[in-house]
Amino acid sequence: MSTHDISLTVDGTTEALTVESRTLLVHALRDELGYTAPNVGCESGKCGACTVEMDGDAVKSCTVLAVQADGSEVTTAAGLAEGGLDPVQRAFHDEHGLQCGYCTPGMLATTHQLLDENPDPSRAEIRRALKGNVCRCTGYGNVVDAVETAAERLADERGESNESGERTERPRAEAED
Amino acid sequence: MFPAEFDYERAASVSEALDLLEKHAGADVEILAGGHSLVPAMKTEGREPDVVVDLDVPALEAVNALDDRTVVGALTTYATLVDSGAVRSTVPLVAEAASEVGDTQIRNRGTIGGNLAAAHPGADLPAAALASDAVVLLRNRDGKREVPITDFFRGDGETAVERGELLTGVRVPHTDEGGFAYAKKTHPATGYAMVGVAAVVETDGGAEGGGAGDDTGGETTVSSARVAATGAVDRAIRLPSVEDALADGPLDSAAIDAAASEATADIDPERRRSDPYASGEFRGELLETYVARALETTADRAAGDTPTA
Repeated sequence: MSTHDISLTVDGTTEALTVESRTLLVHALRDELGYTAPNVGCESGKCGACTVEMDGDAVKSCTVLAVQADGSEVTTAAGLAEGGLDPVQRAFHDEHGLQCGYCTPGMLATTHQLLDENPDPSRAEIRRALKGNVCRCTGYGNVVDAVETAAERLADERGESNESGERTERPRAEAED
Repeated sequence: MFPAEFDYERAASVSEALDLLEKHAGADVEILAGGHSLVPAMKTEGREPDVVVDLDVPALEAVNALDDRTVVGALTTYATLVDSGAVRSTVPLVAEAASEVGDTQIRNRGTIGGNLAAAHPGADLPAAALASDAVVLLRNRDGKREVPITDFFRGDGETAVERGELLTGVRVPHTDEGGFAYAKKTHPATGYAMVGVAAVVETDGGAEGGGAGDDTGGETTVSSARVAATGAVDRAIRLPSVEDALADGPLDSAAIDAAASEATADIDPERRRSDPYASGEFRGELLETYVARALETTADRAAGDTPTA
């Protein structure tokens, strides 16, 4: 067994800790560091409840070794909020895009990446992007509504405050599914 | 679920990785790329290596599009394959197959090298690599070795990679005029293919005039066809009977039907992959349908009716 001293930034805070080789990122975040937004669901890389952003990409933190996250910047769903709910979180609340809420932190992290890359996704694109986030309470209709609402609100915000600095859309020419 | 204990080593270069493989030559060593095959296997499938060598080698993330071929570094993620203009324009089948892998989060981490080395019998990229006639690039302490993709897959999780060797990239030749497609029946829970079919068909003639002495006149004629399947048996395979049925003929619906009817001709029924998700018999039925779908899209693209990737 080997242990490793790692440091990473979580939700803007620099953290240093010692992990075993086999420690998974989700357990380091939750059990070692106390960031409990990512949940442990299927533990097999399928359900997405453990999704966090790592260096800007949505990743399943149950399928990343903590030592692999050494030096990276991790944002959990809790870190998306800056003094209150962010527009994506607020949209999930307003559209009732959750029931028990267990899958929601993962949904939020993936949605964050989607809207970064594609600020005006179609419903098919939203479903495709969230394929790796499973909800076992209810359907996905309200989740898709929530992402659409979030996209609209974010577009409004950009339109009001920043016309020139808007992100460039990168539409993907993929078949609808 | 936790992996069993192991020693973790990080390599910052190919030579460091080869040094580590030599250093641990007597141990059970696994190479870690994106981790999306290895980590789940270590958690739930009883894979218990002594040592894991993590590749942290930016040089292996490069995509290099040349005149007649594109070299893709082993650590290129699926997401990069999907988004890369160079990949999409030069080897679009690879981008199309990568877009079908897993989900957003998996595509962000998983890599082409890891995918091929893991040799999952339902993985998407092996079929695309076979239909593309790719070459796998390996490195060891003595130098480089190249393995044609047709000789690479040896069974479920088994490949031509030898101990002490590192898969560093894949060379994918560009194709001439024609079409391509990847058609997949996805298992909804695992994301792997129940069956997936990749096709690359090169054509002669068409708008530029028929081949000399060819009685098809100005029609498009198939000059080469490569069709590969994943999910059907314990490894990705070419389907030579399907390819032969297409050779030297038009790429029309009658030819596609005739070719699709050969979908299982090369597969011993005893070899068909069967598991709790889908029986071998069902996979055989699916295979014929997905060969037809892949070829229909390929024909549309060859005729210019469908935008590429």
